[in-house]
Amino acid sequence: MKKAKWIVPTIYIIFLMLPIYWLLNMSFKTTTEIINTYTLWPQEFTLDNYKTIFTDSTWYTGYLNSIYYVVMNTVISVAAALPAAYAFSRYKFLGDKHLFFWLLTNRMAPPAVFALPFFQFYSSVNLFDTHVAVALSHCLFNIPLAVWILEGFMSAVPKELDETAYVDGYSFWRFFFKIFIPTITAGIGITMFFCFMFSWVELLLAKTLTAVAAKPIAATMTRTASTSGYELGLLAAAGSLTIIPGAIVIYFVRNYIAKGFALGRV
Amino acid sequence: MNKTINQKAWFFVIPVFVLVAFNAIIPLMTVVNYAFQETFGNNVFMWEGTRWFKQIMLSERFHASLGRQFLFTFIILFIQIPLGIAIALTMPKEGIGVPVCLVLMSMPLLIPWNVVGAMWNIFALPDIGFLGHSLNALGFDYNFTQQIGDAWFTTILMDVWHWTSLVVLLSYAGLQSIQPAYYQAAEIDGASRWAVFTKIELPKMKKVLTIAILLRFMDSFMIYTEPFVLTGGGPGNATAFLSIDLVKMALGQFDLGPAAAMSLIYFFIVLLVCWVFYTLMMRNEGNQ
Repeated sequence: MKKAKWIVPTIYIIFLMLPIYWLLNMSFKTTTEIINTYTLWPQEFTLDNYKTIFTDSTWYTGYLNSIYYVVMNTVISVAAALPAAYAFSRYKFLGDKHLFFWLLTNRMAPPAVFALPFFQFYSSVNLFDTHVAVALSHCLFNIPLAVWILEGFMSAVPKELDETAYVDGYSFWRFFFKIFIPTITAGIGITMFFCFMFSWVELLLAKTLTAVAAKPIAATMTRTASTSGYELGLLAAAGSLTIIPGAIVIYFVRNYIAKGFALGRV
Repeated sequence: MNKTINQKAWFFVIPVFVLVAFNAIIPLMTVVNYAFQETFGNNVFMWEGTRWFKQIMLSERFHASLGRQFLFTFIILFIQIPLGIAIALTMPKEGIGVPVCLVLMSMPLLIPWNVVGAMWNIFALPDIGFLGHSLNALGFDYNFTQQIGDAWFTTILMDVWHWTSLVVLLSYAGLQSIQPAYYQAAEIDGASRWAVFTKIELPKMKKVLTIAILLRFMDSFMIYTEPFVLTGGGPGNATAFLSIDLVKMALGQFDLGPAAAMSLIYFFIVLLVCWVFYTLMMRNEGNQ
């Protein structure tokens, strides 16, 4: 019985890995091999696809652009959400419940609804095609999410902690930075993970708000797919490389995830 | 927790309020503008009242994409939630298996959505994709770019691949928060496995499952990039879900009025369903 339990997660993980393997497999093949034959692993192993990406600046600047606005968005979201989540978890104030739900509604707003107005709005304030524009527009769904997650973690910290600190003569900000933030590092780690994730994977807004200077890698890929026909190997290599930043982030937050889960709230 | 009443807390909320309002209210007002007016460019607007709304509400195209959207969301929730719970229940609870499972299972969540679409496209191609090739080799006549059933099958399988892990992670979090004492008590009472699940595990997972259902509902209801890259909404309009249809109308045909009206109706439906969920969730929290 104990052994049999392993079967379900194992099958599931194999199912998850299959398409990823297929993408990697394609990325190491030559175009002729992809088009002409069906092979389970590359017969003529080649790194040409990757070489193209690392030497052609339209490709690698795409990655840099993406990472740049994702990091910017994660920092803005978490920094703004920290005090707000504290307010929601500790105080009652006029309109707090309505405000909280209003924030959540923005997480629910379909980006497709906002694509066109965003384009017009950011063009009119001269932010079109900048990293800031994408970072700010992703705040639309990431800040509500960050507030939601952080509020959960903060509510799990007993209020006595705050009160003891004030009795000990801590000022609010000193308490907030020296005591409170260190106690919820797991929560902050998880929040950053989710902000990074949703900003990294989003394409519709990022594509709408950029043209050349801040174009994300994902948009470079769609444009390659449509213009140069059938360069599947190159596309597969670019896709494989987009998995890496995510994998690195997961690796770093894996302990936080486990710890955060112990608190029973994600 | 009993909260203190403190109106100054608003100062903490101001940065969030400003940032989100900047992004939400101004663009939303633009949509509202377009929804009630006709424009010929150059900032010339003519009042149209509810004409666009009537047009959308009566259009068969909208009914069809709304129907497809509900069907899709219903199917993926029906698969992902039970499957996610089942996997979370069988996952190792301690040891090296935990981080291995967590890291590997999180992988699909962190792949950009268009790459997910492209990856599944390559994976499912009937001639050179593993899935397509295998199915055809097994004797199924499989071609997701031509046959509606296959397109749906592939889109649903892709979404299950992409998002079941989120349900797994959340359910796992809920399970981890159960004290071992509960299980020991159940063992002493001689409770069956099924009783342990329905009486202990499921109630404890209720809160995270609500979050999981809410997130999956919202995200599947606004799905755009993955099916767009995988099938392009096709064959025909078979997998043109609401967002795909909307973008086609707004940016493809530039029918701004109807598109804006459709946006508002669309947003309103999501809002309504989420409000119901949210109220139920908050009520449960109040009872605990």
